[in-house]
Amino acid sequence: MGSTLLEVRNLKKHFPSTAGWVKAVDGIDLKIEKGKSFGLVGESGCGKSTLIRVMLKLLEPTAGQIFFDGQEITGYSFKEMRALRKEMGMVFEDPHLALNPRMTVFDIISRPLKIHGLARKKGDLTVQVVELLQSMGLQTEHMIRFPHELSGGQKQRIGVARALAVEPQLIFLDEPTSALDVSVQTKILKLLEKARQERDLTFFFISHDINLIRVVADIMGVMYLGKIVEIGPKELLLDDPHHPYTRGLFSAVPEPDPDHSITEIQLTGEVPSPVNPPPGCNFNPRCPHADDRCRVEEPEFRELADGRRVACHLY
Amino acid sequence: MNQELKQEIAELKQQKTSQMYLTWVRFKRNRLSVIGLSFVLVVIFIAIFAPVLTPYHPYETDPFNRLASPSRENPLGTDELGRDLLTRLLYGSRIALQVGILIVLFEGFIGISFGLLAGYFGGWVDEIIMRLVDILRSFPVIILAMAIAGIMGQGLFNVVLAIGLVGWTTYARMVRGKILSIKEADYVEAAYAAGESTVSVILRYILPNVLPTAIIMVCIMMPTALIASATLSFLGVGVQPPLPCWGSIAAAGRDYIIRAPWISTTAGFFIMFTVLGFNFIGDGLRDAFDPTSKRN
Repeated sequence: MGSTLLEVRNLKKHFPSTAGWVKAVDGIDLKIEKGKSFGLVGESGCGKSTLIRVMLKLLEPTAGQIFFDGQEITGYSFKEMRALRKEMGMVFEDPHLALNPRMTVFDIISRPLKIHGLARKKGDLTVQVVELLQSMGLQTEHMIRFPHELSGGQKQRIGVARALAVEPQLIFLDEPTSALDVSVQTKILKLLEKARQERDLTFFFISHDINLIRVVADIMGVMYLGKIVEIGPKELLLDDPHHPYTRGLFSAVPEPDPDHSITEIQLTGEVPSPVNPPPGCNFNPRCPHADDRCRVEEPEFRELADGRRVACHLY
Repeated sequence: MNQELKQEIAELKQQKTSQMYLTWVRFKRNRLSVIGLSFVLVVIFIAIFAPVLTPYHPYETDPFNRLASPSRENPLGTDELGRDLLTRLLYGSRIALQVGILIVLFEGFIGISFGLLAGYFGGWVDEIIMRLVDILRSFPVIILAMAIAGIMGQGLFNVVLAIGLVGWTTYARMVRGKILSIKEADYVEAAYAAGESTVSVILRYILPNVLPTAIIMVCIMMPTALIASATLSFLGVGVQPPLPCWGSIAAAGRDYIIRAPWISTTAGFFIMFTVLGFNFIGDGLRDAFDPTSKRN
């Protein structure tokens, strides 16, 4: 086991709304190991994106603690965070919205380098940008282009280059491929994997696409309604999902191998509103195994013998 | 570093065209906006060279030559005091441009500043500014301006004040809306995630994306300001005689519309010509500033 790079404890983010507090992130515990790729899967609206933004302190957490490299950063001011941003990069979902339309590609990629004073020498800044572009499979001439002159795939490569520019330790990837064509998706994923191996990076992926997480993750987490229901090594979760929601989610994915079968659970009903999550286990209204205890007592997020953690009374 | 790459970078630097230039290229492609620009240039030319273009003075009366028909000496005839109409219309462009530019600067400055504040800070700042906007917009502009002119007296600066007092609300709304959408944009979030400071985010990410909107607003509001000031003059509460103002010339000519129809109509034509020019420019700029329109 490597050391923990980022850890959150009981992290919460509630937003005010006219109907009450929206509990977008409602008590998350997780650890991201150095050099590993963590993939978090969950339906749209389960709070994945909010979680990333709170972990990056782009949003202030309502409660809980965040540790980066052993240091608690929960109370860090805007200024203190700025220095730390060198260590954490982010790639956004929609490449068309993530690049400033009034900056050239050169400006977009060189800004992080300038902010953190990482331009090696004055004249070298251009060379640094070109190297980054080339490592992303782009050409030198893209430097002078504006985002609208590029394709979606090219823009996402720029987005990745921007995140990699300051050589961070940890990269957050907010559905980095869901806005792209399938053929382009593969290319971006290959680039990311190559960068991870070359630069010894740690990844935190979120996606609603299990197949994507299946490909990229070492450790897999499943999120439902603001909470993580199951975390564990990818193989473990894929072969033998424990939590009824995890099982339901996996049964929804078409299985290409007819010999491989997992216990089918048909998910019924709708996701409850995060303003009024059900008492007890928040999955109980949709769970086929729910009993009286599930409707009252919230299950503990406990660690099992095989190394996974699951929040369910069944285990 | 290898020599080839350096060479390539140097070549690219030469190729790199500024955004201002690209905007101009796109502007030029639109025929209507070029026509608008030439209209406005003509008006500016007239304003600057009015004394050279006409041998008369706009205040020079000739009691024996009142309401004369167009002739060789007076190409557009004379008005009710025997002043040369063409001369007064040519000099009128000075007043029109002065009033127009002053109004637009005045209301633009207030409106864009308040819009920025309301949009960026939100909360109670936004609430106060936008409710003030709502209140001001519930007044009929011309009536309010007449009331202001009535209280403060007439004159060029009071016209600017009266029209600008309500006019800025249009800018404030527009700029606020634009900022609200930019503030939520992923690229602003990306900027914070990269470690940009608040000042840098405002200057490098928000302002450059608002500026085109503001410039277009100014060009689109210019004709509105011109028409409003002409209306005030027409109603007799604007720029005062004997200053040659298109609005008051049109108003004076109204009494002689049967005997000397050219007075009101030519004054109206000058107003229309200028307003049309600015409108065309505004339309052209809107397209030209759009970075998504194709590079030629």
